[in-house]
Formats: sequence, structure tokens, C-alpha cells
Amino acid sequence: MPQAKQPDDGDGVQIDLVSGERMEGLTSMEKIRLILDGVHDGNIVILEEGLSPDEESKLIEVTMAEISPDEFNGIEIETYPRSDTRDTSFLGRLVGGDRSSAKLTAIGPANQIETLHKDETLISALVSRN
Amino acid sequence: MGLLKGLKDSISRATDRLFSETEPKRIGIYGPPNAGKTTLANRIARDWTGDAVGTESRIPHETRRARRKENVEIERNGKTVTIDIVDTPGVTTKVDYEEFTDDMDKDDAVRRSREATEGVAEAMHWLREDVDGVIYVLDSAEDPITQVNTMLIGIIESRDLPVLIFANKIDLDESSVKRIEDAFPQHQTVPLSAKEGDNMDEVYDNIAEYFG
Repeated sequence: MPQAKQPDDGDGVQIDLVSGERMEGLTSMEKIRLILDGVHDGNIVILEEGLSPDEESKLIEVTMAEISPDEFNGIEIETYPRSDTRDTSFLGRLVGGDRSSAKLTAIGPANQIETLHKDETLISALVSRN
Repeated sequence: MGLLKGLKDSISRATDRLFSETEPKRIGIYGPPNAGKTTLANRIARDWTGDAVGTESRIPHETRRARRKENVEIERNGKTVTIDIVDTPGVTTKVDYEEFTDDMDKDDAVRRSREATEGVAEAMHWLREDVDGVIYVLDSAEDPITQVNTMLIGIIESRDLPVLIFANKIDLDESSVKRIEDAFPQHQTVPLSAKEGDNMDEVYDNIAEYFG
């Protein structure tokens, strides 16, 4: 599968829009590696289909293991819908047990992303080039 | 209201399925940094065993490794519940040593941040492997709708772990318990001030009923 080309001049922020198809078939650790490799390169990674709760938990755990002073201080992550908990779709979950509702997740380096505004339908973020 | 009660009853049934009557239940105290987790853990431990669990501080990540207080027997209405309290570090997706440099030199700040990251990783691992139920502590003076809170509650729900949400710091003027109830309507929310000891009777009633 072709890899995204890094900008040559180091000026600008790369955004990787990762399709559900690309994530399909990857193990949890492969997904986490794909995300964190991108974030380590300073990219914003946007997942078309998000992560499962278990994968989110492992993403936090692996992120913590990779934090390094003056190099990498973690991630910012935002998801829509944020959670089934505030969504009326929890009614469906109650009767149907389906927890795999589609969601979009944006992940980036904590030192480059400052979320300015978030509500139920919009994430506005300021991304610095660092 | 009937629907919410149905949801809460559904979660209670999950509790019944998970817990046996003989073993102490390992109850993890989770939540964001500075929500008052250690203050609450200490109050519960002191009230029922006489000993504290750990050091409290306003500096984020004072609790950097999970600490356990075993065999805390809580007696309510003639019924005794035995739990192991696991006080965990505040969960976050980032830790920057520079957050601590106002209070300590760089070497100590770096050491503290490293310990904090290890503690968060450990807490996440334990959540997947080693707790029977969760007390999720929120600062009721802060907006509960954060990515980490909703993500953590989602992770807890996905594991079918019974969870009580404690709206801490109701002694503060800016406190709003309703904001937390509205954010997580499918879970029982109990208001309290762990620092002042307000509403602890209801806290213990709920722990005994939910985890007993």
C-alpha cells in the first residue's frame, strides 16, 4: 500500500485521513502503531471509523510508554460521536447491544494541537507547526 | 425516568452476574487528574480501617502508581461489604514534565513525569485485567464532557464493569452535580465532598448496594 509523502520543506502540517478499509484487517497493535508513527512524525491522523474501546485503552497505554521529555509529550484525541453515553443511540444499545456505531477520530501530537472549540457536531482546532 | 431506571437496573444485573459473595471486590477509583480520587480513597480507608491510602496534593499526578487498600469492610444497614480499594493515577493522554517545573527542578520534574506515565499505563492495563468495578470520580466544578472522561466511561462500559460516578467537590461554589448527571444519565451519580466529608452516608449506602 502506498505511503503518504512527507513534505520536503518541513513547513506545514500533514493530515493523514485513514480510511476504514485501510484499518480493516489490522490487529489492534498495528492500528496503534500506524497512529503513533504518524503522530510522532508530527502528523494529524484522522480515522474514518475510530477505534474500539479496548483499542482506545491500549492506545493510551502505549502512548504513555513512548512519552519522552523534550521529544514527545503525548496525544490529543477527539472523537465524534464522542461516546454512546451522551447519544440518544444508547437506546438502541439498550435493546440491541450494538456498540460499534461509526465514529470519526482525530489524533495529533499534544504539543501541536490546541482545541479551541468543541460541541456535539464540530471540532475546531488550532494546529501549530512547532 | 422509566427508561433511565431500566438502564440502571440493567447495569445492576451486570453487577449481580460479575460479583461472587466470598471474595473482596477490587474497586478501582478512576478519573481525571485532580478530581479528588486520593482524597476520597483516604476518607473511605480512614473511616473503615483507620489508615490512609496515600498522599494528597494539588499538584497533578501526585498519585503516580496505583495503590491498594485491602479488605475495607463497609457495614451498612446490617450488611457488610468487603472491598479492595485501588487508587489509580489520573488518566490522561499527555504528560509534560514542564507542568511540574514551577514546583521542582527539571530532574525531579522529569522523574515525576516518567512515574506518572508508568502509572497511567498501569492503570489502563488494570482496567482491562484486574478490577471488578469502578468508582469514577469527577470534579463537579469542572466540565465533565471531556474526551478522556467519555472515552474512559466508554471503555468501562465495554467491559461491562459496574460503575458509580461520584460528583466530588460539591463544597465549591462552581459545583454543578446536574451537569454530571446530564452528561452520563445512564449511570448512578452520587454527590459528595471527599475533602469536607459531605454526604458520605449516601456514598457508603451506594457502595454497599452497588458493589455488595
